[in-house]
Amino acid sequence: MYLVPFLLIIPLGLAFLIALIGKKINAADSFLTAIGTSSLAVISYMIAFSVLANKILVYKTGNWISSAGIPMVVDALAAFMLVTVNTIIFLIALYSIDYVKKYTDQWKFYTLFMLMVGGINGVLVTGDIFNLYVFLEITAISGYFLVAFGTSADEFEASFKYAVMGTVASIFILLGIALLYSYTNTLNMADMANVLASKGPSKIIQFVAVLFLMGLGLKAALAPFHAWLPYAHSSAPAPVSAMLSGVVVKVSGVYALSRIFFNVFGMTAQISTVLIILGVLSMIVASLLAFGQSDIKRLFAYSSISQIGYIVLALGIATPLSIFGALFHLLNHSLFKALLFLNSGAIERTTGTRDLNKIRGVLSNTPVVGYTGITGALSICGMPPLGGFWSKLIIILACIQANRPVLGFIAISVSMLTLAYYFKALTPAMFGQAGKMAVNGAQKKVTLAMSIPMVILAVLSIVSVMMLLPNSGNALLNNAVSVLYGGRDYAAIVFGANK
Amino acid sequence: MLDREDKGMTLIVKTVTRITLGFILLYGIYIGFSGHASPGGGFAGGVIIALSFVHIMLAFGKDVALRHLKARMLRVLSALGGLVFLFVILMGFAHKRVPLDMIFDAVRSCHIFTNDIIIPLCEMVIVGAGLFAIFTALVLLSKIDKNSE
Amino acid sequence: MTVYLLCLVLFSVGLYCVLRKRNIIKIIIGIGIMEYAVNLFFILLGYRHEGRSPIFAEDQMIKNVVDPLPQAVVLTTIVIGLSVTLLLVSIAIRIYEKYGTFDITKIDNLKG
Repeated sequence: MYLVPFLLIIPLGLAFLIALIGKKINAADSFLTAIGTSSLAVISYMIAFSVLANKILVYKTGNWISSAGIPMVVDALAAFMLVTVNTIIFLIALYSIDYVKKYTDQWKFYTLFMLMVGGINGVLVTGDIFNLYVFLEITAISGYFLVAFGTSADEFEASFKYAVMGTVASIFILLGIALLYSYTNTLNMADMANVLASKGPSKIIQFVAVLFLMGLGLKAALAPFHAWLPYAHSSAPAPVSAMLSGVVVKVSGVYALSRIFFNVFGMTAQISTVLIILGVLSMIVASLLAFGQSDIKRLFAYSSISQIGYIVLALGIATPLSIFGALFHLLNHSLFKALLFLNSGAIERTTGTRDLNKIRGVLSNTPVVGYTGITGALSICGMPPLGGFWSKLIIILACIQANRPVLGFIAISVSMLTLAYYFKALTPAMFGQAGKMAVNGAQKKVTLAMSIPMVILAVLSIVSVMMLLPNSGNALLNNAVSVLYGGRDYAAIVFGANK
Repeated sequence: MLDREDKGMTLIVKTVTRITLGFILLYGIYIGFSGHASPGGGFAGGVIIALSFVHIMLAFGKDVALRHLKARMLRVLSALGGLVFLFVILMGFAHKRVPLDMIFDAVRSCHIFTNDIIIPLCEMVIVGAGLFAIFTALVLLSKIDKNSE
Repeated sequence: MTVYLLCLVLFSVGLYCVLRKRNIIKIIIGIGIMEYAVNLFFILLGYRHEGRSPIFAEDQMIKNVVDPLPQAVVLTTIVIGLSVTLLLVSIAIRIYEKYGTFDITKIDNLKG
């Protein structure tokens, strides 16, 4: 239980430490980052085992009582996301050790990276809604800096647009928090759930729900608010794109959305309908827009928007099976999308371009990159027996089980569209004839530090189906589902653990 | 601080700056440390301290300002401020099971020392150094240096 | 009541600036106006009737204090807003160096 604050202390402390000594001592920054992220992964596994034993971990900062202080609450949902996120962060950190050698000021990258990791872990473990906002902002601001890291013209434009839209969304979230505080007179999420349950529905809560939908929907890249994502995720350096698309969008968007809407407000039929509509809109719009892309990273960015539409659709239906499918698809998609973005970085290093009309013969040139890329792409399309098939199957079954067969039909057709555009884009790139491109400024070999994380991610995406196994695998996932489905029981569990 | 007519602003501005610079710095430190009784606190104090350094840079030109507070020192100061802050927060986290608790208890017993002096001091150092570093970076970045024409 | 409405009017002025102005600097100023409006709104929520400032003075009879929690929250939010403004301004300077213009309709390299 005393391990929980270390999830925050390690990244933030390492960020300042790297800023202090990173310029003088030669390889200190990458070494500290590797140690830091690996220890974070180990700590999150230990916390997950501990949460499986006792149901929830509550750590009161400074021993203040619960309605006056900021608690750190790790329940099954947070533990599940901690395990997912920290593993992927460790692998991305390994990859980026070699990738950032082409930039001059490397210690700045590692400082910002550890700040972003600290922000993400902070969002996951906090139990106080203003603390959630502060850590959302830390994650987002280090994201704005990291997108502009390569200092080319495209990156500045992308970072500026991302920063302006993200800041407007954060201001909406802050307005929502202000109105919530005036209504319930507390900032603790569990306490707020109790107060809202006893006060009953009112018009101001609907207004606040709309504000949170706008703000968090932009951070989760739902359909009318998705315009920043293709810019930011395609212009950023490759490990940053993998971080943003595989981790930040899920944590600061989907996790915060589900925590606030399921556990604090309580899921009503109106919110459920709105989430379903936004999810369907994301899926369809992004899939149709992905057909015309010629840049490989923009293609992956649009595919991200469409898959997150799946997750939000399944969260909106709000039956236990659909929440199970949503969380499982979240895990799978983080793995695949991180893998695909790391892949695109490796392709960019070895061929020197990101244009899909020019990339040919990845499989014959660099077989590791080719095979892992094919695995990732097939997983997203939902090809059995890779992981994506199982999660999409559960989502489609949940749609039909909840008496909404139209949604199941839409899900299946969007899955076929996904297969279509991945096929169209990646087949000539992977299987074509090599050696016809002009490679200037490219290195010919993919180094070991870049290939090992990709291989591990590909293997993980195949074996993630073991989360479905009845006795051992899906214990954590089932507990996470019950946290979300229980809704406002979150408050009772938190206060029950507080004795 | 040298008095060179070709850099910085006019002689009147330079003289007035030399007189008022110490007062601005002192005022910033005062606001930072008395945050528990009047409006202010570490952040506002840090901003005013940064303003005193910016005042040097505007009045005398960037070379003189950087000679007195090097860019490397700014980075060290803000990172050190962050680390000390984190250490103080760590002391609030420690429980009886951690083997270092004797050191933590000894330091924590001086309540005034940690609460009212260290925390505003750290905030002032971080904010002051950080803001001045960013101002320096922006000045060094732009290719137009109006102060030297 | 009119105070809160005026805060929301300020917020919508800032939002109009962000949405409709074409100069990058005006967009940044619009974001600043929106932040000030939300901070002001948050502090005004904490007002209690005939309250004085929430400072603990042992030698005075304290009848009513205003709510200190929004003040702590707004201090943090001002710092966050400051860092966002710094980031946006430095990116705007670099954009001017690379693109040569401040007009956001002309900064349109990425398509699609």
